[in-house]
Amino acid sequence: MTERVLIIGAGHAGATLAGLLRQAGHPGPIELFGDELDLPYHRPPLSKKFAEGELEQWLRPMEFYQDQDITVRLGDRVVAIDRAERRVHVASGESYDYDHLVLATGARPRPLPVPGADLDGTVSLRTLADARILRKCVAERRRLAIVGGGYIGLEVAAVARANGVEVTVVEREERVLARVASPRLSEILTAHHRARGTRILTGARVVRLSGADGRVRAVVLDDGTEITSDAVLVGIGALPRDELAAAAGLRCDQGIVVDAQARTNDPHILAIGDVTRRPLGTGTLVRLESIPSAAEQARQAVATIMGDVPTAAEVPWFWSDQFDLKLKIAGLVPPLPRTVVRGDPSAGRFALFHHDNGTLIAVESANRAAEFMAGKQFIASGTRIDPARLADDTTPLRDAILH
Amino acid sequence: MPKVTYELPDGTVHDVDVPCGQSVMDGSVRNNLPGIVAECGGSCSCATCHVFLEAGESFFDEPTDEERELLEFAEGVRPNSRLSCQLIISDGCAAVRVTVPGTNG
Repeated sequence: MTERVLIIGAGHAGATLAGLLRQAGHPGPIELFGDELDLPYHRPPLSKKFAEGELEQWLRPMEFYQDQDITVRLGDRVVAIDRAERRVHVASGESYDYDHLVLATGARPRPLPVPGADLDGTVSLRTLADARILRKCVAERRRLAIVGGGYIGLEVAAVARANGVEVTVVEREERVLARVASPRLSEILTAHHRARGTRILTGARVVRLSGADGRVRAVVLDDGTEITSDAVLVGIGALPRDELAAAAGLRCDQGIVVDAQARTNDPHILAIGDVTRRPLGTGTLVRLESIPSAAEQARQAVATIMGDVPTAAEVPWFWSDQFDLKLKIAGLVPPLPRTVVRGDPSAGRFALFHHDNGTLIAVESANRAAEFMAGKQFIASGTRIDPARLADDTTPLRDAILH
Repeated sequence: MPKVTYELPDGTVHDVDVPCGQSVMDGSVRNNLPGIVAECGGSCSCATCHVFLEAGESFFDEPTDEERELLEFAEGVRPNSRLSCQLIISDGCAAVRVTVPGTNG
């Protein structure tokens, strides 16, 4: 078997897949295409680190790809897929044949649809190139406004504030992290940020960015409030980069639709990472943006390409660092959770267990890694817990399990 | 350069040169050895680089509280369980040996 695998997208999903395919013994050519100029890198540090040299963490050193006989083509973009001929065309004019094509094209920042969003000093954060611009902006200009109180916004807020920058977070919803976290976690994190001097405005609608000489000077809200700032980070979510797939006639619905084995509706084309919408447990399609999800889908794709047994479903999880809080979250927080609090939120060590009649659905933890690990296991195994015992921090976690 | 011996889930044994300052996890990732998944890249966030430290314990710092907590509920945990991202190789390291479990995801 010398089947040729082309991977479009050199982010965490694509680069992980390339390495795992060799690990699994794939003997044929593997080519990894990336439209950025940097080698595949870790994205989490982009919003969590600030100091020179901490941003650039390569997934693998350059020699790795040579040693593993993986061809990396950077700075070029795939512009079309010819499904009938099983060939892709790139912007520079070349074309490449495939036996398996894997789309790992990721997501792009959602643009802020208001006047002034193109002023100098306004940035979004997705790539290493973006992070370099943001760091320069923040280092030179001492007041940062962040539009969007999601994880990216709050992580940057924390690291900027810790470096003495004046930070204002502007959130359209009534609470930060409204789409992804429980109301209780939103409340705890809001208090944690405010106590460290970050201004957080919720229910605040941005109508325009104002500037002088082409540079941003303020964020203007619908009630007339002006937030003076020298730099503006827009962090209002991301959109799947599924245009290439859609143009090729692959099934897309707010992301490339795949099954639990990373397969699209074309038997020669797989898709993995932030760009996909895929079935989780109950069968509803979700699009997750996280490293563990990218890695899980890379493992699914390896099994499919190698003809191995399909991988078992994993509990979704992710992590975030904000000031001294190391947050780890497992499961998807339901809209109206019943919540058990264990530990002390005001001391920055706690776990919020969300359950349905004792069946654990999600856990949100800060500086309580054991609770996170136990919670993730309990969710995977459908373990039922006793809420009262779980709430008592002196009762060992194992003793909160109902048998 | 210090050598680290990895016994993999399939029973094969690999001796790898790991430069000082790098971790036992780095040595595995760099050589594309299976078993150490290392999703978080070594920030002690994910517990997908779990190993059993069979020899060389004295060369490494004691686990931090965070590492201990991550390991407490890790699959197949044993008394010599460590997160390999926290095992940093230094000059004096010799005969470090780890067994990699097949349960890192």
